[in-house]
Amino acid sequence: MTAQEPIQPAEGCASSTPGGGSRREFLGTAVAAVATALTGCGKLSHEEFLQHNFRELSKDEVRDVIARLEREYKEKYGREVKVTNTAPLPGVIFGYALDLSRCIGCRRCVHACVKENNQSRSPEVQWIRVLELEKEEGVNLQHADQYYDPAEVPREGHFYMPVQCQQCKKPPCVKVCPVGATWREKDGITVVDYNWCIGCRYCMAACPYGARHFNWGEPNLPPDQVNPDTHYLGNRPRPKGVVEKCTFCIQRTRKGLYPACVEICPTGSRKFGNLLDKTSEIRYVLENKRVFKLKEELNTQPNFFYFYGV
Amino acid sequence: MKELLVRRLSLPARTAGLLVTLGLAALADPPAPPPAPLPTLGAVAQEGIQVPKPPFSEGIFPCSSCHDGKSMKVNPQRRELTGMHGDIVLNHGPESRWCLDCHDPANRDRLRLASGERIGFDTSYQLCGQCHGDKFRDWRVGVHGKRTGSWNGAKQYLLCVNCHNPHSPRFQALKPMPPPTRPEQIQARKGGAR
Repeated sequence: MTAQEPIQPAEGCASSTPGGGSRREFLGTAVAAVATALTGCGKLSHEEFLQHNFRELSKDEVRDVIARLEREYKEKYGREVKVTNTAPLPGVIFGYALDLSRCIGCRRCVHACVKENNQSRSPEVQWIRVLELEKEEGVNLQHADQYYDPAEVPREGHFYMPVQCQQCKKPPCVKVCPVGATWREKDGITVVDYNWCIGCRYCMAACPYGARHFNWGEPNLPPDQVNPDTHYLGNRPRPKGVVEKCTFCIQRTRKGLYPACVEICPTGSRKFGNLLDKTSEIRYVLENKRVFKLKEELNTQPNFFYFYGV
Repeated sequence: MKELLVRRLSLPARTAGLLVTLGLAALADPPAPPPAPLPTLGAVAQEGIQVPKPPFSEGIFPCSSCHDGKSMKVNPQRRELTGMHGDIVLNHGPESRWCLDCHDPANRDRLRLASGERIGFDTSYQLCGQCHGDKFRDWRVGVHGKRTGSWNGAKQYLLCVNCHNPHSPRFQALKPMPPPTRPEQIQARKGGAR
């Protein structure tokens, strides 16, 4: 009765509601107590504690998990937050190209991304880092400054290079994750299951692009700034203690929309599309422009390209 | 963006031919009905392209409300503009260019191509494309300039003049949005990092 018992409710609880049987109720409370003890956080429900890796969930379990999340977000933010789990589109691998000859470093993309993807506002977590580089030095990251703040951009003698998740074909961050909480989807987007992430930050150490970010504190997201249109693997509000990253706005792009950073860019430096579509803009860029990958020598094989559109 | 005009752009046959040489032949990829004549390819390439209205200054259009050819005679003389349009700084190859190279002298509500053909302000990209052919080709395929909408469907295109002032085309400098917080400036707060 004692040693093996916790396994059974682990399977049963996800679909049951509190108040089922008294034995179940007791075990649920016990598990919740364990969860509280383990995490030092009293808010974790036993359903959440017992939830499996997203990729192992059945359709019904995913439905229950999403219903639970929507309920929790409603309680927390006082408004409807829709969580979807739209699957990758068949025959699509996303690619991104950024025109270094056009970007003026205005950081519109950085802030549009924060708004779209429900990042923590204080301290503000930003998935895009715009580097100011010197024209004389070229793409030399030792001469990069991300804190530039002149009255007007572009500054004389400088160019700008936004860096975000490169959606690698061989993502080192996925390789090092000890629990399999992050993986590459069929459409080439590397995603995180925030409920499975243990917050060890190995992925942050492994990523050569600094593209992963950690919620050191409870993400401070004011209810009136929540974007209610979310994806389970993308911009749904995150808990404290998990890693997050750019997902090419998975909640938008899987519906056919451009990512928020593409939509906002005033210079049209950002190009996005399907690498498998011969007529796409992205393919035109790859076939006709001078293109390079950041840190290509590391063999991470990014699906994010930089080009000179002049 | 709401006032976007949906418009099928008619293309001169010669530019359609140009498109084909650009490698857009891939558009014919889905099993095409028996060899379509080349000009239709161009039409296909432009499907779904939407351009907004040209950004006129308030109350300036139609130009013919002043330039009606009667009360005001056409003066082809290059000169400093004093009476009107003094705000226009011509910083677009000023040595070799003058108003009437682009604005049609006989009908000021139209623009004028080098060939003498008159076009509307809403297709001004044809005029720009006469000199900036490389940019024009890139714009057509969606590589130069901003696109919004859907990566696998209808897109909204901007006209050249929505981003570049035609009289002074260099992209205007912008005030950057705030930089990220430096790690040492992040304040500890209740419920935050311990």
